[in-house]
Amino acid sequence: MTTVSVQKPKIVRSGRRFISGDIACAEGALAAGCRFFAGYPITPATEIAENMSRRLPEIGGTYIQMEDEIASMAAVIGASYAGVKAMTATSGPGFSLMQENIGLAIMTETPCVIVNVMRGGPSTGQPTMPGQQDVMQARWGSHGDYEIIALAPSSVQEMFDLTVDAFNLAETYRLPVFVLADEIVGHMWERVTIPEVESLKIVNRKKPTVPPGNDFAPFKPDWDLVPPMAVFGEGYRFHATGLTHDERGYPRTDSAEAQTELVQRLCDKIRKNKQRIVRVENALLEDAEVAVVAYGIAARAALSAVRKARAAGIKAGLLRPVTLWPFPDEHVAEVARRVRAIVVPEMNCGQIVREVERAAKETPVIFLPKLGEEPHKPDEILDAMRGMRK
Amino acid sequence: MMDESAHPYEKFLRKDRIPHIWCEGCGNGIILNCFARALDELNIDLDKVVVVSGIGCIGRVSGYTNTDSFHTTHGRPIAFATGVKLANPELKVVVISGDGDLFAIGGNHFIHAARRNLDIQVICANNFIYGMTGGQSGPTTPLDVWTTTTPYGNIEQAFNLVHLAAACGAVYTARWTTLHTRWLTESIKKALNKEGFSFIEVVSECPELYGRYNKMETAIKMMNWFKEASVVEHFSDPAKAEITTQRIVVGEFVDIEKPSYGRLLREMKARAAEKMSDGGG
Repeated sequence: MTTVSVQKPKIVRSGRRFISGDIACAEGALAAGCRFFAGYPITPATEIAENMSRRLPEIGGTYIQMEDEIASMAAVIGASYAGVKAMTATSGPGFSLMQENIGLAIMTETPCVIVNVMRGGPSTGQPTMPGQQDVMQARWGSHGDYEIIALAPSSVQEMFDLTVDAFNLAETYRLPVFVLADEIVGHMWERVTIPEVESLKIVNRKKPTVPPGNDFAPFKPDWDLVPPMAVFGEGYRFHATGLTHDERGYPRTDSAEAQTELVQRLCDKIRKNKQRIVRVENALLEDAEVAVVAYGIAARAALSAVRKARAAGIKAGLLRPVTLWPFPDEHVAEVARRVRAIVVPEMNCGQIVREVERAAKETPVIFLPKLGEEPHKPDEILDAMRGMRK
Repeated sequence: MMDESAHPYEKFLRKDRIPHIWCEGCGNGIILNCFARALDELNIDLDKVVVVSGIGCIGRVSGYTNTDSFHTTHGRPIAFATGVKLANPELKVVVISGDGDLFAIGGNHFIHAARRNLDIQVICANNFIYGMTGGQSGPTTPLDVWTTTTPYGNIEQAFNLVHLAAACGAVYTARWTTLHTRWLTESIKKALNKEGFSFIEVVSECPELYGRYNKMETAIKMMNWFKEASVVEHFSDPAKAEITTQRIVVGEFVDIEKPSYGRLLREMKARAAEKMSDGGG
């Protein structure tokens, strides 16, 4: 007896590839199991949508261009509740429009991924220029109290890797996860290594352990504060709402207890799992006397500056938050205790620097703002470090 | 044995959510009843029905139906439903929401879902005002009437919803009032079996916040208005079906065939997958 082996087309082509950050992001999403994309064209994130429109139908997924970013975010939540891993990609103006339904995703504990390829703002700003101006909006952009997860890639490789991680975190903690890229990382072409999809660690949301029936409470959390997730069509016939709700998903609009229980848990499921979520990358920090804290594209120049400083005899090191939210306070505090000063280069007028100052306490923090076309030059960061030498 | 004290449509409701929050005399219960009746008569598997609603009085309907259900942000039920339907086309996705939710804040989503001919059913409870917030004017408030934000009479032209739906490409469009329960039920059944985007407007009474300020302070008086003003005219020109205080044209306006978004999506995916297996992609 003979068997005919049919070569199944690969979801994502592995190996060494030369691609842009936006393409890497799309490929990472497919590798992570994303099969639904709803979006609206916007520079500099459009290439993610274009790639998804071509790639998703090939593997049975769905791409839809919605009428705006409000609708895109709503459709992503709908797809996730129908059991499909879903994402959208946008930039500042679209991110603003999405805030309403990002709140809905938080309240209804919807796993999904939102990529923001940041450009210069406010308003229409500089569409083709980089920025890191949406960091605080990512943290606080929707109304009400909540915790969020945001990852900041600083290379094309990380556009792939962190998009995979974003889906895994979204599925683990049942919330929207942001990939906060910037125009340079999105548009830059670099060589990357795409792993075999089979070798990737892929997380899928927890499913209910009870069969449909009266025992099922769709928002009853497990020990990790995350409720298992039923999806539409499985027979659970459950309700979800953006209103404050109890464990059954039913509105509780007049109970202080219900409000406290729900909103506190939505915060605590991230706060209490912070050690498992937070990631940083260190370079040359062991004996550093001066540290740079930088993320995204600014971290590339910062690493170069640190190496130059070392060559010039300055004991410099880099702390790069990979997770911007939750912010790695403990890592910054630990470094702050050992160094004379911290330099923070950011492509904005001062956002993450506030978090660094808060965590660094007495240690001086020098802020290097940057707006417009070019990222920081390594020498600008180096000069700041030179200024801090005794 | 059947419990004879049970309501015949009890199985369509989440009994633990009753009593509902709607006021005495509200038309929302009639709409819910007709919806349940339509599901029952079509013998639809409730495990495969998703009811999606927005914000407002009728927005609470998704909390009462014994199906999977989602109560979205204001104006977004159609956009949410788009994601649900495309992610799992086997589901019957029904949006039930109000005139303000669907046609003011959510108007853009309505026109584009209709244009795409997305396979969902939209039922709009049109009570002419924002009920949940206390009776403000909205996109369907008739000219001249008094609301809490039109204390000198409404000076805005009202949307003619069936004309809008027809112009945007809905394959099925009907309008009834809460007085026309049998016709409404039949329309819902028709819509549920229709491929593509269907729209049903239900002119519904709000004696509490609309009627009371416009000389119809009881449900009966509002029903009498519906009875006196409504004329059944099947397949009349929707452009000429504006609702006025004198005249409410009801009936079916559109019933056409057109490939739905879901069908075209399936075909497109098949072409893309074929290309992929040919070594493209």
